[in-house]
Amino acid sequence: MTLRVKIAGAMSGLAVLVGATVVQADVLFWSTQAKPVEEAQAMREKVLAGAEGVDYQPNDPGPWLTRLNAELQAGSGAIGVLGALHGDFSAMDPDNLVDLDELGVNAASNTFNSLAQLGTDKSQYIPWMQASYIMAANKEALPYLPDGADIDALTYDQLIAWAANVHESTGSPKFGFPAGPKGLKHRFFQGYLYPSYTNGVVRTFASPEAVTAWEKFAELWEHTNPASTNFSFLQEQLLSGDAWIVFDHTSRLAQAFNERPDDFVAFPAPAGPAGRGFMPVIAGVAIPKTAPDMEAAKNLVQYMMTPETQIATLRATNFFPVVDVELPDDLPPSVQAAGAAVAKMSGAPDANPGLLPAGLGDKGGDFNRVFVDTFERIILARQPIEAVLEDQKKRLAAIMEETGAPCWAPDAPSEGACPVE
Amino acid sequence: MNARILPYVLILPVTLFLCLFFLYPFVLVSKQAFSTGAGFTLDNFREVVSYWKFPISMQNTLLLAAAVVPVQLALALLMATMVNRMQKGRDIVLYIWTIPLGISDLAAGIIWLAIFEQSGFLNSMMSGLGIVDQPVNFLSYTHPGIVFLAIALAEIWRATAIMLVILVAGIGLIPKEYCEAAEVFGASPWKRFTRITLPMLRPSLQTALVLRVILAFEIFAVVAALGGTLFPVLMGETYAYQFDLLNSGAAAAMALIILAISIGFTLVILRVLRVPKGATI
Amino acid sequence: MSDATADAVAPDTRATGRYLYIASVVFLCAWVIVPIYFLLINTLSSPETVNSFPKPFWPEFDLGSLTFFAGFAGMLTALKNSVIVAAMTMVMSILIGAPAGYALSRFEFPGKGLFRLLILLTRAFPLPLLALPLAVMFIQTGLDDTAFGLALVHTTLAIPFAVLITFSLFSGIPMELEEAAWTLGCTRLTAFTKVVLPLILPGITASAIFAFVISWNEVFAAAVLTIENRTLTAFLLQNLDTSPLHLKFAGGFILVVPALIFIFAVRKYLFAMWGIANR
Repeated sequence: MTLRVKIAGAMSGLAVLVGATVVQADVLFWSTQAKPVEEAQAMREKVLAGAEGVDYQPNDPGPWLTRLNAELQAGSGAIGVLGALHGDFSAMDPDNLVDLDELGVNAASNTFNSLAQLGTDKSQYIPWMQASYIMAANKEALPYLPDGADIDALTYDQLIAWAANVHESTGSPKFGFPAGPKGLKHRFFQGYLYPSYTNGVVRTFASPEAVTAWEKFAELWEHTNPASTNFSFLQEQLLSGDAWIVFDHTSRLAQAFNERPDDFVAFPAPAGPAGRGFMPVIAGVAIPKTAPDMEAAKNLVQYMMTPETQIATLRATNFFPVVDVELPDDLPPSVQAAGAAVAKMSGAPDANPGLLPAGLGDKGGDFNRVFVDTFERIILARQPIEAVLEDQKKRLAAIMEETGAPCWAPDAPSEGACPVE
Repeated sequence: MNARILPYVLILPVTLFLCLFFLYPFVLVSKQAFSTGAGFTLDNFREVVSYWKFPISMQNTLLLAAAVVPVQLALALLMATMVNRMQKGRDIVLYIWTIPLGISDLAAGIIWLAIFEQSGFLNSMMSGLGIVDQPVNFLSYTHPGIVFLAIALAEIWRATAIMLVILVAGIGLIPKEYCEAAEVFGASPWKRFTRITLPMLRPSLQTALVLRVILAFEIFAVVAALGGTLFPVLMGETYAYQFDLLNSGAAAAMALIILAISIGFTLVILRVLRVPKGATI
Repeated sequence: MSDATADAVAPDTRATGRYLYIASVVFLCAWVIVPIYFLLINTLSSPETVNSFPKPFWPEFDLGSLTFFAGFAGMLTALKNSVIVAAMTMVMSILIGAPAGYALSRFEFPGKGLFRLLILLTRAFPLPLLALPLAVMFIQTGLDDTAFGLALVHTTLAIPFAVLITFSLFSGIPMELEEAAWTLGCTRLTAFTKVVLPLILPGITASAIFAFVISWNEVFAAAVLTIENRTLTAFLLQNLDTSPLHLKFAGGFILVVPALIFIFAVRKYLFAMWGIANR
């Protein structure tokens, strides 16, 4: 019995302690980005050194979301500023985020700014940094480029031929694809394969062009390292040599370029019949309505948007600024390589830029799952393409109808929910 | 204190504790499994069960448990008896064998991936010995059998120690007189093991098995590291519902299904290895 | 004792048996140690070596990765928090769990089945799903972001081990032993502390090891429920899987070491004290 008394005593004692510390606590920056230990360290020491009293805590999406929801439900919390991807914010109820228009900071791109309103007429988050997906290759693979192919203007057919050449000559498939549990494979289908072949994502999901796209991808898969289902960060496979030609997020390739800048090249994603599809990644900062110190949180958001911070962030995370800044010359190799590849990609005559899914609310995960399932069924389980697309189409249509999300580029605009044709 | 009230007094702290920190949140979460907004419904269960990966993940989870747990039981029993009859260096050997206990499943996944991946230690060893000219791709979707084997090996490595520690603690309590008496009557070592050690060890065996089986159905991190997307398991699907699809109703439903399976198997084990009150001689 | 056995068998088989026995002990030790050794090699290798093929089988003693973590702000505080939480978990789970284990082994009482089910349920439901309501409760009561609050959650995870292990150990001790002590003038309590408790020391030790290890390695609740008082696992492990390979291994290694030291410190108590067990 005395134990229980002791526990009760300890509990109230600690409660008092906590109550005392909360008042003078740092602003808690609760983020899903810059998670790798080196990046987190750079965020703390380089990026946030200029802002006094910030506690930068990167988390897996699971704990990130659980903690945030708990604070919102409890009506009080410790989180001052949220850092996350557009998709994470769009899954939230905008009422839980503080309107940020009065801060007077914004991205240079109006497209990004309107995405950040999350369907309301006020900024719910502020675009913080951007990235994209590119291709990278080991220089040893370059001699195997098919005749007449320009690495900066590849087509999917040339990519397949290239991967096939490498496969034939080295005896092992050396294309690497992020199909692992944490890999960003769905973005490849949504932002690269589909736009390049069908000039759409939702409308054209089960079109004849989509069938061609999947046939092509299946061809590419023949020359893909079959362990790709374990790959989530292709810098590892580039460095180990398990893969020579890869597709991934710019920040997930960075380590390869920084460690051995002379061994790898970065280049734009390939083009299909409907152009060179590609898609941005946007991360934002927001303030939850339960933030303990609203002033300090707002100051931090403003601090994150200053040109100096944006450049420091670029060095730390390989995510590019969203405001207009003059980039210095002494950037890390990974940033230089990725920056050049992205510039070539968006400047290409056949560029077909896509947007991030918008208006899906908390169905973003279900939307991704449609593409991941389609991939697993067609490519891994080798089910017939038409049948799978017909089947998955129903799920996709249900999601679009339930959310009423209108089409986004490159799909042609729609009135009301984007139709799956 | 009298014997009728005493047991309740003894279990009171645990019960209060678990009611507050387990049962209360558990009830809240379970309620979500039976609602999709308004009223009682089984829709969440229908949804998760009809998903095309459900049968595969169920099959994978059960197969893995069926392959791993018996091996671990046999291995743990073997190790426990070996340690028990050892005269020298007993505590060092036992210490070495319990090392994996201190390693989290995430870390174990990292270690075993370093062994099995294409440029990993196993391939380095094999090419060093000249068995293969080119590194073999063990964890490829074209060889599901090898992926399964790799996961099973990693699990056996990681979690046998859980059973071992429980069995070692239990085996020490078996009075040596029994074995000595049996020896006098000429019983073979095997007979002594099956007729004396095993029955006397029943309470510990039961505990070790129950805990291990329940943990086996919650396997996730090692599978995710080695099997990638190739080897879906129930717990991985549960997390996908909760954190990728933000569908806590479906996640709760999955968790309840796992719970039901675990409890089912537990009841079977408890039946088979029933422990009499006190130890009868 | 094994000599007595061996006398009965022919000398050849005896020698073969002995070699077989030693060989299997060595093999099993190697089976456990080799993967850890690989972890050590990768921890002490430069990033280039970690990514190279074929892998070396000797560490090159490059301390780069470890030095990185040494400079990581907040490591020591996190380590301290981890130890505090693990120690609290250990003490609470045994103090609360052992009496229940004793009750389960010694008494038949209505509701016993239900109680056992409750214990098992605790272990069969994934914590990440329970974390949300728990976090809401903790924020509202002020337990949020305290070592004690996290220890409460970890104790919930460790209790099934404590209850069931002590139960199985108590069940292995004949009731007669206690009854004999009563007739010799012991009360129920003194019979327990003087006779039974020393016998189940291995069980208590096993429960302590489990409690420590469970608390040490738990990531999810730690990540959600602690902010300023992060544990080492929440601080390091949850970000390891996205980190470059060489840091992944070094971080994994750093996390393993304290748990190994702890198990090493208590290993002796896993064995019953022979004098008593032999009666």
